[in-house]
Amino acid sequence: MNDTFASKIPALLAKYETDLLEEWIKAQLDATTLRKDLLSSADLRRSSDEFLSLLRRAATTGNLLNLNAPEWLPVKDFLAGVSRSRASQGFTPSETATFIFSFKQPLFTRLQEECGSDSRALAEELWIATTLLDRLGLFTAETFLSSREDIIKQQQLEMLELSTPVVTLWNGILALPLIGTLDSSRTQVVMENLLQTIVETGSEYAIIDITGVPTVDTLVAQHLLKTVSAARLMGAQCIISGIRPQIAQTMVHLGVAFGDVITKASLADALSYAFKQMGITVLRKQN
Amino acid sequence: MEKIPIIKMGDFLLVSIQVDMHDRLAMALQDDLTIRVAKERSKGVLIDISSLDVVDSFIGRMLDNIAAMTRALGTETVVVGMQPAVAITIVELGLSLENIYTALNVDKGMALLEARMKASVDENDE
Amino acid sequence: MMNNIVRREVIPLLSDEDIVRARKIVRDWTISLKFSLVDQTKLVTAVSELARNTVEHGGGGSALLEMLDDSIRRGIRLTFEDQGPGIANIDQAMTDGYSSRGSLGLGLGGTKRLVNEFDLSSEPGKGTRVTIARWK
Repeated sequence: MNDTFASKIPALLAKYETDLLEEWIKAQLDATTLRKDLLSSADLRRSSDEFLSLLRRAATTGNLLNLNAPEWLPVKDFLAGVSRSRASQGFTPSETATFIFSFKQPLFTRLQEECGSDSRALAEELWIATTLLDRLGLFTAETFLSSREDIIKQQQLEMLELSTPVVTLWNGILALPLIGTLDSSRTQVVMENLLQTIVETGSEYAIIDITGVPTVDTLVAQHLLKTVSAARLMGAQCIISGIRPQIAQTMVHLGVAFGDVITKASLADALSYAFKQMGITVLRKQN
Repeated sequence: MEKIPIIKMGDFLLVSIQVDMHDRLAMALQDDLTIRVAKERSKGVLIDISSLDVVDSFIGRMLDNIAAMTRALGTETVVVGMQPAVAITIVELGLSLENIYTALNVDKGMALLEARMKASVDENDE
Repeated sequence: MMNNIVRREVIPLLSDEDIVRARKIVRDWTISLKFSLVDQTKLVTAVSELARNTVEHGGGGSALLEMLDDSIRRGIRLTFEDQGPGIANIDQAMTDGYSSRGSLGLGLGGTKRLVNEFDLSSEPGKGTRVTIARWK
């Protein structure tokens, strides 16, 4: 490709901005991928209009192929915003990328008219236009995917926190009832959450109840024990309750030693142990 | 030379570590504190590390040494306010702090020291 | 996988103050990469341990800091280098609780657990080089 070739695209964008906008909007409205349920035609018009004027401004510099240059920053920022909002609204990646790709047709038509019978010039122009729009389209797809990943990560974290709440049983006594299979990353999040709550509430006792946990592997057992050690360094006592016979057997087979960790058969036993340590007695009212 | 201040509170000494200590400063604190404990005949030492965002093996060992040295002088040391992230890291690092007592905050640390003082008086009475 | 180096910085390690400075700079980098508080603390603690080794045992040296981007994730790599006496028995140095001076420092095993990647090379009389990395 000839570097000195001066593309007509910048001038074209300026000259036919309104026409291009109308043709592009029509192309988008006709596209089968249009999500009328998610996007109103007013919104579509607004974002198309804004994109075109940003594209025109960036193109005036004459640089149409190096999108890392500062003049393309506003365009990319805008597209990133569009991709992110579409990702969170539930668009698919192709529906999102179509926003850019559908601009090809109106632009190509104009280029054809502009170049007339000069087929060499037309080839150059089409090459530049395709490259530019493909790059912008890929950029939207990339931002779309990374925003989707962020959303998924956020949801996973929220679900983890929902599924394992740290509850206050008594002033100074926390309980963490664990239910379901524990994997290493879930255990880690849950344990960090527990330690943070210990600090925030100033609780000296924390009961980790694993009655609802079917199996414990070595890694999870180690996380549990590390949490107990960390809590002790902070000045709190952890009590592990509800270790089922099978889990006790597995632990011994795996060579996981509970050492001086306080363990109790049930949550009730653990609570009464904490009461005793705190000097609290529970009495039935005599009538 | 900069120094970590040691505050006398009744029978106790309170140290609040607010800065990221370099190693010489940590060593100086260890010396100052043992000298003060002996001089004041303190009944307990509280070291508040809630502002410390890193406790590496050097600082950890310094804290443990202080506890061992003050114990030799008949005084217990309580380290209070260790942040969860710091505690998790110390456990992962494999650092054992055998000599120190810990508490969640200064109030609880003080209560712990008072309880220990009472216990040792009771023992002596028997 | 290609590791793109986004940023780099060299920190001289000659004194106590340099160890504090290394901790501070690495803390800032972990914050800019949005590491979780626990991950920040683990890396900064590992840096403190290795920087002290470089100053105390290596007779001074430097740490090269690099921010990495392999297009999927971002991370921080550090290379500690000194021209000190080196380590004769690497296996022993990696054992928990081992310390060549007996009193200060901990075996490198603990430091290794704080990071995702750990590489140690040393030649007696020539010096030591430790490379660590932690990914977000």
